[in-house]
Amino acid sequence: MIALSPFDLMLAAILVLLLALSSWRMGLHLERSLAIAALRTTLQLLLIGLVLKLLFEQINLGWITALALVMLLVAGYEVMSRQTRRFRGWLGFAVGTTAMFVSSFAVTLITLHVIIGNTPWYQPQYAIPLLGMLLGNTMNGIALGLDRLTTSAWQQRRQIEARLMQGHTAVEAITALKRESVRVGMMPMINAMAAAGIVSLPGMMTGQILAGAPPMEAVKYQILIMFLITAGTGFGTLVAVWTAGRLLFDERERLRPDRLVEK
Amino acid sequence: MSSEIKAVLSVSELKRLHLGPLSLRVGAGECVALTGASGTGKSMLLRAIADLDPNEGEVRLEGKRRETFSGHRWRRQVALLPAEPAWWAERVGEHFVTPPLALLQALGFAAEVLEWQVEHCSTGERQRLALARLLENRPRVVLLDEPTASLDSTNVRRVEELLAEYCANEAAALVWVSHDQEQLRRVATHRYHLADGILQEVAL
Repeated sequence: MIALSPFDLMLAAILVLLLALSSWRMGLHLERSLAIAALRTTLQLLLIGLVLKLLFEQINLGWITALALVMLLVAGYEVMSRQTRRFRGWLGFAVGTTAMFVSSFAVTLITLHVIIGNTPWYQPQYAIPLLGMLLGNTMNGIALGLDRLTTSAWQQRRQIEARLMQGHTAVEAITALKRESVRVGMMPMINAMAAAGIVSLPGMMTGQILAGAPPMEAVKYQILIMFLITAGTGFGTLVAVWTAGRLLFDERERLRPDRLVEK
Repeated sequence: MSSEIKAVLSVSELKRLHLGPLSLRVGAGECVALTGASGTGKSMLLRAIADLDPNEGEVRLEGKRRETFSGHRWRRQVALLPAEPAWWAERVGEHFVTPPLALLQALGFAAEVLEWQVEHCSTGERQRLALARLLENRPRVVLLDEPTASLDSTNVRRVEELLAEYCANEAAALVWVSHDQEQLRRVATHRYHLADGILQEVAL
């Protein structure tokens, strides 16, 4: 494996700088966000690199759990902030975070115990990257699914109420929207699986190959990760959309758009 | 109280935002006219009775408290026809379980209406179709929010006749919001007036 020097990274950064310069010349007004994002990616990744280095040196379940929780809370915040209309109060944070916790942690634990089978099972070299990949992807699926559900329930509140007036149950009145929302949440993952290897070389596999892993080993890990991510995203989106679908109605099966707040 | 049991719909101490506490009784075969200036909360009151918005108070159907029904069963029995009914499917027929052809005919429609696109129907047609849709459930109480507001005189008569017949045959209870005094004299047996959140029975 060829180690990268800070100078190598500087060269790549120059490309981003050139892009920022073009953005400025063309009046795209993207240079500021571009610079902030590039800076954030550098700092955040260096920081996590340090954290991982420390974690790998002294394998401690407590520290690993703490990091996992921080990752979960940040992902939960991200899901919440991507909603055009989210649930009022703590629910706005809890709906997505709970769904992410249930699916990502369950899939990671199952994988570590059953598929990887390391001793100890919480070996951070496996546990943290796996959880990170799962959280990152379930976050997308859940954010998309929830956003679609709350936005369309808000837009179609008259139609939903018309069904309630007709004596339909809350479940009947919202089922079509729930299905559509789950589809929206799961589509990116299905597309990614369908395009993998033909249109795109997945980042994880590419990284492993660049780092010197044999291609077939990298491919096997990639397939594993894709399946895990799909399952995690799918179940996470299902849980989130189903929970939100219930919360849109109260115990008298009334539609409660007042439970949503606009961003 | 025996009179409470005989009422099809009885509302007491109902409160919703600035409304109430207010009470209302409608007996079998009765039609109560509900009047009041625009914006006094007539529609809000009907929505509260149909239990579509959070509200306090006791509402009973034939003596049974609404809490003994699930939300959707209550609304099947205590049906609300809003001023502008919404439609959730594309074709008219999709909104019925077993299209009530006799009912549709009484409202001036032939069977082809079921194939129509809701979007292409006029406001008046939609209002009549929404009434047919609602009556398909055979509700015990029908809450009508200006049901003839956008109808021509022929159709106003059709709707009035149909509702009078329904009310009598099913021993149902009607609450009818209208701004048309003449109409209320034709259809109503009692009249309640809503002002400043207070509901009072007045002469027809």
